[in-house]
Amino acid sequence: MANFSRQLSNTRKKFSLFGSTSQSRLLDESIWVEIEETLIGADVGVAVSLKIVEDLKSRSKHYGASSIRELTEILKDQLKETLSGFDLTLADGGAPAVWLFVGANGVGKTTTIGKLAYRAQRSSSSVVLAAGDTFRAAATEQLELWAQRAGVHIVKGAEGADPSSVIFDATEFAHARGVPLVIADTAGRLHTKKNLMEELSKIQRVAGKGPGTVKEILLVMDSTTGQNGLVQASQFAEAVDVTGIVLTKLDGSARGGIIFAIQDELGIPVKLVGVGEDLEDLVPFDAGAFVDALFETNA
Amino acid sequence: MFEILSDRLSGIFGRLRSKGRLSEGDIDEVLGEVRIALLEADVNFGVVKEFQLSVKQRCLDADIQKALNPAQQVIKCVNDELVDVLGGDVMSFSYAVKPPTVILLAGLQGVGKTTSAAKLARWFKSQGRNPILIGADLQRPAAVQQLRTLAESIDIPVFSNPGDPVETARVGLLEAGRLGRDVVICDTAGRLSVDEEMMDEIRQISDSISPHYTLFVIDSMTGQDAANVAEEFHTKLEIDGMILTKLDGDARGGAALSAKSVVGKPIAFVSTGEKLEDFELFHPDRLSNRILGMGDVLTLIEKAEEAFDKGEAEKAALRLVEGQFTFDDFLDQMQQLKKMGPLQNLVEMMPDLPQGVDSSDIDDGHLVRIEAIIQSMTADERTNPVIIDGSRRSRIAKGSGTSAHEVSQLLKQFKEIKKMMKGSKKPNKKQRNKKKQGGRRKQGGTPSRVSKERDIIEVPKEMEKLVSESQLKEFDLSKFGTLSEHET
Repeated sequence: MANFSRQLSNTRKKFSLFGSTSQSRLLDESIWVEIEETLIGADVGVAVSLKIVEDLKSRSKHYGASSIRELTEILKDQLKETLSGFDLTLADGGAPAVWLFVGANGVGKTTTIGKLAYRAQRSSSSVVLAAGDTFRAAATEQLELWAQRAGVHIVKGAEGADPSSVIFDATEFAHARGVPLVIADTAGRLHTKKNLMEELSKIQRVAGKGPGTVKEILLVMDSTTGQNGLVQASQFAEAVDVTGIVLTKLDGSARGGIIFAIQDELGIPVKLVGVGEDLEDLVPFDAGAFVDALFETNA
Repeated sequence: MFEILSDRLSGIFGRLRSKGRLSEGDIDEVLGEVRIALLEADVNFGVVKEFQLSVKQRCLDADIQKALNPAQQVIKCVNDELVDVLGGDVMSFSYAVKPPTVILLAGLQGVGKTTSAAKLARWFKSQGRNPILIGADLQRPAAVQQLRTLAESIDIPVFSNPGDPVETARVGLLEAGRLGRDVVICDTAGRLSVDEEMMDEIRQISDSISPHYTLFVIDSMTGQDAANVAEEFHTKLEIDGMILTKLDGDARGGAALSAKSVVGKPIAFVSTGEKLEDFELFHPDRLSNRILGMGDVLTLIEKAEEAFDKGEAEKAALRLVEGQFTFDDFLDQMQQLKKMGPLQNLVEMMPDLPQGVDSSDIDDGHLVRIEAIIQSMTADERTNPVIIDGSRRSRIAKGSGTSAHEVSQLLKQFKEIKKMMKGSKKPNKKQRNKKKQGGRRKQGGTPSRVSKERDIIEVPKEMEKLVSESQLKEFDLSKFGTLSEHET
């Protein structure tokens, strides 16, 4: 957790909230516009931002907030509250358990898996990777390099092979060796591609047909994603039973505010965040650090 | 899904239509809705503010109060302003007098640089050039391998050396000269704009190969941050143009407007699919429609124009009017429609998608089944479907691998179409979707209506012309929607 905040503050210099506004400034009507813009600027979206501001107005009245500092604290608490209360553990069990990674193109699925494999290996729990992205050129090679770095087994298919069967094979491979976990990659796909979304449903079905049990389906999402993220999440959730979100590239200047809408509408929590390109830069989601970062401006 | 702007505005328009003049307040109200539409389309809020101001100025300059349909004029101003900002000068590549022409690609991680590099190489090849790719992404595992695989499929050489990306780029340029290649495209590792070290590195790459064009690759799903990121890259590298990727999704692509406003350089290409040929020159008017939620009508028209054989269509239309339209004509028209590409893509481009119709529900499978049914008919049955009785019907069903019920459905629909085209335009209760669509047109407040009456946004009018010319009405997609409803 500390890691999360530390990583974020590496790239974000802390400024006073809402630009150069003085913390002790008294509240007037313009403050609501500023807050709304800050939220919209963090990709929270118009509708959700308005809702948050309305909520904040009544709360600040209730608490009798008189300065921007007090208001900010109320707002942060309010936002942390909405993001808290979810079970963020990644489920195991099954012989083996299967964690399936899904998402749009270029969001960082393979990299996330590489980091997870490294983490699993470091905590001396063994894991098998399944190279289920048989579509993109050199995707398997990419995962293979991660597997080498982490020193874990990988099950691959030929380019263009059926991803379901590759993942199925990985569950049998893991079962035979008594490895408790299979982490499966899938090809990036846009949620508008019906056939590809159906393929994903099939992957989920087939992955659980053998000795394995699908325990987690994690939707990997790029924190630069704008309002399309909500449609993206709902379409993926329709195709497969998404259990959580991995929010990647949070070490950049994007804030990932779309997760409020996703959590609000779909009830899917963020479980992990990616905060850098190094192997250890994948950390559990921390609502507090995330919300604090929403209101920090870049240098 | 997003509320599209035309939906948002129809309410205001309804109220304002009765007004002969618009006050400044009225303009502000319309622009308030436009603001929300733009924000929902991921246009950066700072950019939206400026945009609103310039549209307002445009409205006031246009002496809008005297216009007959002032509310609609506001939308015209919005659209014009949007096209102006997005378009402006068009990217044209002038090749270096002393080859090679050097192009550097830059952008965040995962936006599609490597794929774009290969697509760009393919594009230059199609322009009669001899490109070479440099794989200077030595960061992401197997990125060079990905580039090599893609390049191999289009028979274009790749240069890369493990180690230092700056050195790789430098040597790659020499290699291009040695091999006599006249266009060099340098792929680079994705990097965060806040990563100073990596931003310095790409500056060094740029210094070592002195690109003629630096192209910034941007994902159309990007949110508010697009403006910041584009600005950072521009400050560091001086961007000459942009490539907008993943437009085959349903993101509205407001990021392009943000980036364009900040950088002020043209969007050169858009990437619309995973195949290397899914790469087009950028058309500002199309993206404008998309951002405003008015559909990509121009692209649709262009596709229709490409696919339809006008002579054939006219003949079919004539036969239709004379009541001689047969299943053969029907089949023929359907094959024309199929030439325009997958139905789902077409539907996504339509501005007036009936409510309740989800483009992902539309699937070419229905067309295939209809085709199979018609192909299982004898020549006599196709010209004179009334002779199809119970036993013929079950034969056709067997032959096409469908059910007798489906055959009946098709016969019924065919009859309806014929009846409708003969002029008896009685509303058909069963065509629920169609009716909805028609109903929306009648409201009169939507932009498509705008164009119909006032010729303000010419697109839908042209579309209508095209539709009537080619009898696209025959294939009103909602009919297929109806069919699928019966099937399930």
